[in-house]
This record gives sequence, structure tokens and C-alpha cells, in this order.
Amino acid sequence: MGKTYINGIGCVSAQKTFDTVFLEEAVLNESLNVLPLELPTYKDYISPIAARRMSKAVKNGIVASTIAMKEAHVDTFDAIITGTGMGCIEDSDKFLKAIIDNNEEFLTPTSFIQSTHNTVGAQIALGMTCKAYNFTYVNAAVSFESAVFDAKMQIDADESKTILVGGIDEMTDYTQRLFKLAGFIKNDEEGSFPILNSKSKGTVFSEGATFFVLENKKSTSTYVEIVDIEMVNSLEVSEVESKIISFLKQNNLEVSDVDAVVLGINGDMEFDNYYKSISESAFKNTPQVYYKHLSGEYNTASAFGLFVGSKIIKAQQIPDILKANAITKSEIKHLLLYNQYRGIDHSFTLISKC
Amino acid sequence: MNIGVAITGMGIISAIGNSVDETFDALVKGEKAITTVSNIPTVHAAVMKVGEIKKTNDELAAELGLSPDNNFSRTAMIGALAAKQAVQNAGISLINEYKTGLISATSVGGMDTTEKHYYDYFDNPELVKYISAHDGGDVAQKIAEEIGLKGFVTTISTACSSAANAIMLGARMIKSGKLDRVIVGGTDALAKFTINGFKTLMILSDTYNTPFDNDRKGLNLGEAAAFLVLESDEIVAKENKKVLARVSGYGNANDAFHQTASSENGEGAFLAMEKAFEVSGLKPSDIDYINVHGTATPNNDLSEGRAVIRIFGEENVPDFSSTKPFTGHTLAAAAAIEAVFSILAIQNGIVFPNLNFKTPMAEFNMVPQTAIKHKNIDHVLSNSFGFGGNCSTLIFSKN
Repeated sequence: MGKTYINGIGCVSAQKTFDTVFLEEAVLNESLNVLPLELPTYKDYISPIAARRMSKAVKNGIVASTIAMKEAHVDTFDAIITGTGMGCIEDSDKFLKAIIDNNEEFLTPTSFIQSTHNTVGAQIALGMTCKAYNFTYVNAAVSFESAVFDAKMQIDADESKTILVGGIDEMTDYTQRLFKLAGFIKNDEEGSFPILNSKSKGTVFSEGATFFVLENKKSTSTYVEIVDIEMVNSLEVSEVESKIISFLKQNNLEVSDVDAVVLGINGDMEFDNYYKSISESAFKNTPQVYYKHLSGEYNTASAFGLFVGSKIIKAQQIPDILKANAITKSEIKHLLLYNQYRGIDHSFTLISKC
Repeated sequence: MNIGVAITGMGIISAIGNSVDETFDALVKGEKAITTVSNIPTVHAAVMKVGEIKKTNDELAAELGLSPDNNFSRTAMIGALAAKQAVQNAGISLINEYKTGLISATSVGGMDTTEKHYYDYFDNPELVKYISAHDGGDVAQKIAEEIGLKGFVTTISTACSSAANAIMLGARMIKSGKLDRVIVGGTDALAKFTINGFKTLMILSDTYNTPFDNDRKGLNLGEAAAFLVLESDEIVAKENKKVLARVSGYGNANDAFHQTASSENGEGAFLAMEKAFEVSGLKPSDIDYINVHGTATPNNDLSEGRAVIRIFGEENVPDFSSTKPFTGHTLAAAAAIEAVFSILAIQNGIVFPNLNFKTPMAEFNMVPQTAIKHKNIDHVLSNSFGFGGNCSTLIFSKN
């Protein structure tokens, strides 16, 4: 059975996660409830002519995947697998608005063509003429994990050696307005939007693209081994701990073997109990990490979480800005990531030093 | 030894029927269900035809027994109906008894509700509940809740090949032992969004779609949902389950040619079929029937035809037909409903006709089966292709 290693990472997010080592230039901004992207210089990666027609998701996907490929020294894949919760909503919104505003007349196809959820994966494949397996998962907060799960299953079975996986989501003005109306984004009037120990509903949103080169072999650029990943659509708060214990057990580990836990805490008082239930019990003596105060929430923000976890293991250090408690460990060997969104789509990812 | 993964249940709702029995009946009688659109107010109603499920959202909600404050999109409702049928057909009473998953597929998810309420959300608080019903994950979560499933749930969206990929992932998960049982399929309701999208691409026919005809003018859109239940051989043996057919081969490849158009020689389709043969261990000469993608767009049928010829040889193409004249092109659900048709073909020894065909294409010598044909069918190959160059092939085999 093959092992799955992360050999390259590229990330475009609300922080400067490109041309940096590990969040040394990160800025905590608690005054916004929607964090803007830290934009890369697109023309370094995409010709300006091509970029003009591309949505943010496609551009960010190309930049992040290019960075990951460069780091891993890889330029062909046996599979390209992406995850996106909301898909290409910029083009989708544009086309839908045009339909409604113009009563179904005078439409052009470009935004429709680019609105399908698999556009980013398809554009990357097209750009490198990659005819391999190409899947896109669109299941809210486990979209990215589904992609990793699929990739790992292929490497486990020795069906693939080198796979590109990524999580991409973009935000639009219209979606932002809808999410505020529905209460998914914290109320503008709160003025300040702390994530840890939040006393309000909703969260701080953003967008981003995070890509990983997964391979069946270690290399000089290897970050970690992805040991296991599991998803469950629904769990009660009280079931999380036992789920984690059984997940660790199937990997011959116990809670005490986990050297750091990366939690998807997003400041929604209604649902952060899921994290609290384990951070105050099973993992109360474990270094705890959170990241959505830096990345913002989006359906594939957990890919930013995997970026954080991988960097922590490689650096053997947790930057202060990520610490959710004061516990430290001399060596970080096994790291567990747990994420959920609004009480559903739970994911558990175990990565280890190698 | 059994090849592939056992299929123990199926459920379907489309323009031609609300159950597997109704579907089979329509296929055998050659009853197409392409009509003028009635559930969606669109300015294009007079110049296009669709394969529409003739039930209103209220009727669908009543069938599911949903409370009035539900926030189901039409996509979620038809998906839930088909998945429930499949679970019942497989004789499953305790859904979480084994490690069970759900893999759904959709192209536009709850777009049907979003486009209806686009500006009204801000004036009408009662509509706010639909904001969370837009994405593909919401559809899968609702189907999971309707069948009571707690476990692995995901959704694939690769445009018109989505459900083929859901079936493929499900088969792989059973084979690898990740799941004991999985409900796989797809669902897509008609929406103004897709109607106008395909209209701007100028690939909608203004009359009945005519796959593989020299004078084909484009596709009819349709709406549908279908799900299959796949189970491990251990469960099949332990519970002495009836196996309807097996998923014996699958392959996915990317055409990497253009975002929406297929390459001239059907490279992606060729590679997908080639991989499916490799997985199944079957040879092209083993295939008794091809359920082609056959959307009746000039580009698809030419590209697919060339790919089929590359695999089978122009003289050796088995009986083939597109069933899209019956149902319309049901996008992300297409491969799931055509999986049900393929299983029915195997069970009953019937090649379903390619309706509306008159004139062979000038480019090659490939004539679809135009009348119903009875013969033994051991293996069916089914193709599905989508935007983004996504090409998928499934092979279904007799148990």
C-alpha cells in the first residue's frame, strides 16, 4: 500500500501566503467581517490577455497550483482533483444577473461556460494539456477533503503516483449580501469581529485557493505524510470525541500521541461548541491551533488549515498568531485537523512528520 | 469469480416516468416525453422543447411529506425521491447498519430556487431559508437526511459527466473496502440558468433532438434524478441479496482541448473508454450495447462517434443508441438515468431505440439502433461527457 506525501504547497489567501516562509507577515484584522484577499501579481503566472477573462477562482487556482508544482518540481499528474463549496460564483452570479435583468435576452455564453464547478480543474488541465483523471467535489465544507480522500485512495492502491489536489472558493458582492442576510456572516453593526471566544453568531468570511502536490514518494521538498482522512456528514457535539478516538485508534494512535490539534474555530457561537467539546476535554493538554481568524471562513478554508498544519510540522514550531492555548511540545510528530461548518460536514485529517 | 461491484437497488424519476417500472414501460413503448416547458416561466418556451417531470414543486413536496417550512430545491426533492426508491428497491431497512455512504452529483444544485428568488430575498424574510439551499452540498445533505444516512457524504460536479463519476467513486470505495454500501447517482432540475446557458451556446434544438443524425440541430434539456445502491460481495452473500447487475468497468479522462467543445478525434472519450476496458478486463468485442452520450449536438456526436470507431473499429461497432430523445439531456443526472437504462437493457435483453433518427452522418458509417431489439445482453458500455473536457465511461455487466 502506497503512502501519501505532501511535496508542494501553494496558497492564495487573505494573508501573504506566497513569497513568504510561514505567516511571518500575517496580520490579524478583527475590524472586518469579510477579509479581502492578499493578491498575488497575476501577470507573473498568467498572460494578461488570458487573465482578463478569468474569474478570481481560476486565477487564484492557477497561481496556487503553479507555486505548488514549482516547489515539488513536478509538471505532470496522474490526476487533478479539486474541491469547491460554492464553485465559480463570480461567473455564475454574472450570468444569472444578466438573465434576470435582461429578461433572458442579449446574453453571451462566456460567463455560463466558466460558471461550471469544474472550471478551475479543467483550466489547469487545459493549460498543461493534462488528459488524466479530473474530478471536482462540491460538498460544502468537505469539498476539499473529498479531493484529498480520493487522491489518497488512488495512491494507497498504487493507481497513481503524483496528484494535484486543491480547494478553491471565491466571494462575490451578491453572495456576501446574501450571507449577511442569512446570518452566516457576522452582523456589520458588531464593529469588531474576534474569532476566539466569540459571543455572537455567524463568522468572518473570505476566499482563497490552496493547492497541494501529493506523491507516493518522499522528496527533498516533503512536508508531511497524510496518514488518514475521514468525513462524516453529521455528528452531535457529544459524539465528536469518541469519533476522534476511534479515528486515531484505526491508525494505532491515542489522544496523547497527538502533538498538536488544528481546529476550524470560526467564531460562530452557535457551532464552535463542537471544537470546545474536545479542546476542553480530550485535548486540554495538547497544543491547540486555530487559523480562520487569518484565513476567514469559506467552504474550502480547511485547505488553508492543512497548509498551516503541514508548515507547523515542517518548521517544528507553531507561530504565536496561530496558538489557541499556551501548551507547547518539544516535538510535533502527529497532528490532527478537525473541521466542520454549521454542525455538518465534519472532517478529520491526520498528518505526520516523516 | 464475479467481476466488478454489485448493484442491488435503483430508483429514478425523469420525464418518462416516476419509477423504474414506468421508465421501462416508456422505453419499451418508444414513448418520448419531450414537450413544451410548463413549470418554468421562460421567454424561450415557444422555441424549445424539454424533458420535464410533470409535477409541481408542491406535488413533489407532498410526495416526500415535507413540512411547509422546508427549504428544498427542486433538485433536492427529485434527488430524494429517486434515492428513497433505490434504498427501498435494495431492501434496506437499517441504513446505518453497515458502513454506508452517499455520493451525489449535480451541476447547478439549488439554482432553481436561487433564480426564482434572486432579488426577493431582501424584501421577503420568508425566502431567506432558501439562501443555504443553493450549493451542491445542501442537496446531498438533504438526500442523506431523507434516507436517514449518517456517514460518508460527498458530491461530484463535473458538468454533464457528474453522475458517472459518482458511480465510479462509489465502485472504487466498495472495492477498496472504504465502504460496505453506497448510494450513488445524480440529480438536476431544469432551471432558467441552464436553459439560457445552452441557448447562448446555440446548441439547443428548436424541435426534437435527433442523435447521430446528419441533420441534428442540438439538444433538448431535461430534468431527472437517479440513484443506484452498490454493495460489497460480503453483504450480498450474507443477506442473499438479489444483484441487478454489476459495475464492471469505469474510466475518466480529460479531453484537455477546450472548455466546452470536444476534440475532433474524441481523445478524452477514447481514453475514458480505454481505461474502462482496462479496469473491467473486457474486450471491445464483449460489449453488446453502447448507450452513447449522444446529445445530438453537431460537435458531440461527431467527436463521440470517432472515439467509438477508434475503440471498436468502424465495422465492429456494437448496437448503439442514445436515449436522450426520450428524456432530454439531464446534465449531471444523465449518467445515472442512463445507468438505470443500461441495467434494464441487461435484465430484459433489450436494446432501446435511438428515436427520431433519419439520415446517417456523412462523416462515418455508424447507424444507431432505431427500433427496439431483443437479444441477450451481457455487457453495456455507457458514455458521459461534460464541460471542462470531462469524459467518463462506465461498463455494466450481467451478474
